[in-house]
Amino acid sequence: MGAAVFFGCAGIAFGPALALVLLTVAAEPLRVIVLVAGAFFWLVSLLLASLIWFVSVHLSDREDAKLQYGLLVFGAAVSVLLQEAFRFAYFKLLKKADEGLATISEDGRSPISLRQMAYVSGLSFGIISGVFSVINILADSIGPGIVGIHGDSPYYFITSAFLTMALVLLHTFWGVIFFDACEKRRYWCLGLVVASHLLTSGLVSL
Amino acid sequence: MITFMNNSDSEEEPCNERTSLMSAESPPVPSYQDGLQASQAGEVQAHRKRRTGSSRSPNNIADGDMSDSGVPVRESALENEEEELTLKYGAKHVIMLFVPVTLCMIVVVATIKSVRFYTEKNGQLIYTPFSEDTPSVGQRLLNSVLNTIIMISVIVVMTVFLVLLYKYRCYKFIHGWLILSSLMLLFLFTYIYLGEVLKTYNVAMDYPTLFLIIWNFGAVGMICIHWKGPLQLQQAYLIMISALMALVFIKYLPEWSAWVILGAISIYDLMAVLCPKGPLRMLVETAQERNEPIFPALIYSSAMMWTVGMAKPDTAAGGPSQQTWDAAEDGRENHRSPSHADSQMLETRSPAPTRPITSFEELEEEERGVKLGLGDFIFYSVLVGKAAATASGDWNTTLACFVAILIGLCLTLLLLAVFKKALPALPISITFGLVFYFSTDNLVRPFMDTLASHQLYI
Repeated sequence: MGAAVFFGCAGIAFGPALALVLLTVAAEPLRVIVLVAGAFFWLVSLLLASLIWFVSVHLSDREDAKLQYGLLVFGAAVSVLLQEAFRFAYFKLLKKADEGLATISEDGRSPISLRQMAYVSGLSFGIISGVFSVINILADSIGPGIVGIHGDSPYYFITSAFLTMALVLLHTFWGVIFFDACEKRRYWCLGLVVASHLLTSGLVSL
Repeated sequence: MITFMNNSDSEEEPCNERTSLMSAESPPVPSYQDGLQASQAGEVQAHRKRRTGSSRSPNNIADGDMSDSGVPVRESALENEEEELTLKYGAKHVIMLFVPVTLCMIVVVATIKSVRFYTEKNGQLIYTPFSEDTPSVGQRLLNSVLNTIIMISVIVVMTVFLVLLYKYRCYKFIHGWLILSSLMLLFLFTYIYLGEVLKTYNVAMDYPTLFLIIWNFGAVGMICIHWKGPLQLQQAYLIMISALMALVFIKYLPEWSAWVILGAISIYDLMAVLCPKGPLRMLVETAQERNEPIFPALIYSSAMMWTVGMAKPDTAAGGPSQQTWDAAEDGRENHRSPSHADSQMLETRSPAPTRPITSFEELEEEERGVKLGLGDFIFYSVLVGKAAATASGDWNTTLACFVAILIGLCLTLLLLAVFKKALPALPISITFGLVFYFSTDNLVRPFMDTLASHQLYI
């Protein structure tokens, strides 16, 4: 615990993402806007998913631990599906924006290509999802304490950090594949992205 | 895209919060003023036509933002050019505002999370006389609504007063007011802030050193804000005083009142700027008629700022641009440098190194940047700071509010590009912020906490 753990885990979790942002996104205003808007879309999807989970928890028996865990997994699955749905919505929005930018610009080409937007949107989903998953854990790691004193794994922080890093990168890849699949109308690719997201979520829950 | 300002005394005054509130009021109406824009856009067109196409294209290529291949010098495409202008600088301007707003919020959140002074309840302002320590929920709600009504009426009265002063050309009074406000903010509040920070980190400091630091900080601040100074220093000072003001609000506004006040202020902002008889709209229109900027000292400007005693465009531009001249000489980069003056200079400089004078003028006319009232900074920071202070130690809520506010700002700027008139910057951002705060705090937090405890990732 303490600063070493905090900086180490933060570096592990967000190192690649930060590097990607600094090198590719930070210089271009349009990409930064796409990044922030992507984060917004992910947040809205999370909001809806939590609403569904919250309602289901309140309607169910609070004492039953197994049921609660089941509801949690259900909530996670719903969240994954909603995230993908909002990724699709974001794709539609970006496509329209792309066309708008192309018409307004001088030479008929939009200043940012759909591929770049796919990458930035994937990155944005990844970053905000990673941040939401791990920031409270990181904040706790600064303070005093011993990890796993009640018998849980003492490697909680570092595994969380690695999982977050994986999630960030996965979201980036999913973003690119998803947008490409939507563009080329390869629906099996879409299904692949959704399935792999569900699989990832499910695997982690084991 | 030229945005405007609304005058606002976001500083403190001997009367304390009263004026600051009021001022905090005016600026919220970040008027992105466009009356001037039309005339200026016209001038730009004229200038662009005079320039040759060749000098324009490298310009555009250097501008990494929008890769237009070149501006055709078309007489008939005035409107397209105008549209292209607004869009060409649209994304850049959004970022020009994202950065200071983010910095202000970071300062406020960092202070709230570390210095406990600003989260302790030590009384309330006289503008919110009703206490919230009541036993019943209904009573508490009623008290907060009453507090809000009082606060908003104070704000309305002060705004109307300011508009009247401006209308009847009592400039000296207004300037004196502003100077007193910023004096109090820069010296007294900074002193308190520094004291609390030193207490938190248990650092000892003797009075002479303290005096020296505060004196220098305050004096340079007064000069930068009210007179001339390097653009970035001016921006930094404006961000700092907005953060200080926001911290005062966060400390002294009771819980529920703060949220209701935020909501009410955005509604007021909406009405004051858009209604025909709204005080802020009248202020903006009066300024337009007289063709003068409204107290730039209280508006955050992302490009070269005209000072209060507005110097002639050339000399004013001369100041900040001199320092960027050498930067431009050294290297041309396509990156957006932190100083917007820099990037602007780089753009126009590289293609036309032999015509500095023209560049100056072109620069002034093209890139005035975006202006946002300080009150907007203050209320955005109040929202995010309150989220950081009261959301049960949760960082997710703070981040969600932060993203919501940025998106609101983005949308507002988009609307600005579409409608081309003064627009309030508070409503959309604050609405998103409030929605996200309450929903994240109550719905998302338990969900994410439960997920984290089982180490589930979604």
